[in-house]
Amino acid sequence: MPTVERELELKNRYGLHARPATLFAEVANRYTSEIKVEKDGQVVNGKSIFELIMLAAEQGSRLVVRASGEDAEQAVAAIAELVEARFHEE
Amino acid sequence: MQVKVGIPVSPGIAIERAFVLEAEEPYIAERFVPPEAVAAEQQRLERALEQARAEIRELQERYREVLGGETIQIFRFHEMLLRDADMVQELHRLIGAEQLSAEYAISRVFRRKIQAIRALRDEYLRQRDADFQDVERRLLRALAGTTQREHKGGEEEVVLIAHDLTPSQTATLDTSRIVGFATDVGGRTSHTAIVARALGIPAVVGLGTASAEIASGDLVIIDGTRGRVIVNPDEETLKEYRARRRQFIEFTRDLAELRDLPAETRDGHRVTILANVEFPEEIGPALEAGAEGIGLYRTEFLYAEGQEPDEEAHFRAYLRAVEECDNRPLVVRTLDLGADKVGAGMAAPREANPFLGCRSIRYCFQRPELFKTQLRAILRASAYGPIKLMLPMIASLEEVRKAKVIISDVMDELEQSHVPFDDRIPIGIMIEVPAAALIAEFLAREVAFFSIGTNDLVQYTLAVDRVNERVAELYQPAHPAILRLLLTVIEAGWRHGIEVSMCGEMSGEAIYTIPLIGLGLRTFSISPGTIPEVKKVTRSITLREAEEVVDRIFTFSDARQTDNYLREKARRIIPELF
Repeated sequence: MPTVERELELKNRYGLHARPATLFAEVANRYTSEIKVEKDGQVVNGKSIFELIMLAAEQGSRLVVRASGEDAEQAVAAIAELVEARFHEE
Repeated sequence: MQVKVGIPVSPGIAIERAFVLEAEEPYIAERFVPPEAVAAEQQRLERALEQARAEIRELQERYREVLGGETIQIFRFHEMLLRDADMVQELHRLIGAEQLSAEYAISRVFRRKIQAIRALRDEYLRQRDADFQDVERRLLRALAGTTQREHKGGEEEVVLIAHDLTPSQTATLDTSRIVGFATDVGGRTSHTAIVARALGIPAVVGLGTASAEIASGDLVIIDGTRGRVIVNPDEETLKEYRARRRQFIEFTRDLAELRDLPAETRDGHRVTILANVEFPEEIGPALEAGAEGIGLYRTEFLYAEGQEPDEEAHFRAYLRAVEECDNRPLVVRTLDLGADKVGAGMAAPREANPFLGCRSIRYCFQRPELFKTQLRAILRASAYGPIKLMLPMIASLEEVRKAKVIISDVMDELEQSHVPFDDRIPIGIMIEVPAAALIAEFLAREVAFFSIGTNDLVQYTLAVDRVNERVAELYQPAHPAILRLLLTVIEAGWRHGIEVSMCGEMSGEAIYTIPLIGLGLRTFSISPGTIPEVKKVTRSITLREAEEVVDRIFTFSDARQTDNYLREKARRIIPELF
């Protein structure tokens, strides 16, 4: 089963606050792959809003997104797009 | 009459009878289910989850128009919480493996999650605990087969008083009847506060024990601009607030127009209006309301709950503020707390008289490493945009010199490690101790600017604790002693060519705008909600008129006389305002 990994920087102003984390989890849940998010050694389930919030990832944090499953490639690409678009803030 | 002070979260004035909402604390019995009932209990849980999700979807549909797209996102977040597969799985496990009732499982899971989020350092994220609670209660209600309690109480308009309101309770308030609300708990950036602003109803939170002390039927004034709740006001206060309410309604009408006009007297003397903020999140809305920059960025939030922030946490907060300000002025005040509020790992000795004790700059001098950490972060952020550094609680020249030595040490360290910073960062001081006001002449030679903190200056000069109800009446900003101190400070500033601003509450009270301009004050740093009033007054007078008002009030020997005269004068010049 393919595993795809990518490091992303949170450039949006508020980091993974409620709204961005919601969007993150929404996108992650569209895929069947298992998605893990790592920040400074802390690894959480990228589909769980509760866990994403607990990362307390602020602007400038670097996240490693790791997906494994049939659609891993697409999942990571979609998440990267969201993060790079700064969660469409403003 | 009783005056309660809380946190203003949504501006405006409401005057109505109170309706006190009883606390909705569901009692959760620690109940277990027999093995044969586990499957049925899990089905109950699933039905409740489905119902709760449906309710939130409906809420989003129904209130999208009223609240606007941005605010409605809060409930998309709630819906996501209810869809969290890990959470749902954990609930099923607790019912299946430990045979807890669905209610018990929910309360246990949410208790852990709420504890975890409250332990985070990020102030904004900590306030999401209210969202977790909101979702938990929705689930529990769904299990009990009840829906959110309606605020019954007849057809007449009321102000709602509650221990707490969840974001969804706030969103679904019937704004045709509920004209304002006040709660015991809550903070500035809570979703409840955001929803209140979106609805445009005056709100004050963080009142402590108001819901226990106010009875349904009491006449209550909610001043969402200044953060006051007045219970059973006397005639005079009521009259004053009715006028303020009228004025606020008029203001919101020409707010947009006023926002884009300069704060300038009729004869062309320019005044600068800056805003006081506590959190970086407040900067955007303050600029939106017409502030030309930030005249007081309080940094105490970084030390919330006795945690000491590291340099990076400081730096991120200041960098964000600099970015939000986008080249507009930004004054960052160094730590203004006592040892009792910071003291991580260090038992702070109890002080009999904390206001006269080891607080603010005095505390920083005793903990140079803590002070330097903050200074390094402020200096680093100064490489990214204009920052001014402000020292609080200065009482002597020696303190200014001592602080400057520490600042220059930090600068040397940064330079040696090739970290960029603004080496000409303006260093200014708060004038809030009467001694500092009296030696303003000497201080002006050593610093780049003054900012008069009237809250403490009045408190220390008149020896009155303004939150002590028994003496609050004696807290008089228009006391002749205060006016004379202000004149001394402002004149010293003019003589030495340094900027003097005022960041205490007095500068946001429209009644004092005329005399302050007359005294020579040209920079006002005020809470964003009061910007339109101060601007309006400024634009209605000439400098000459303001100076004449000052000449006159300097002949008065007591504060009441001054206040009456000022009100009368203001009423004549701007009748629609007073």
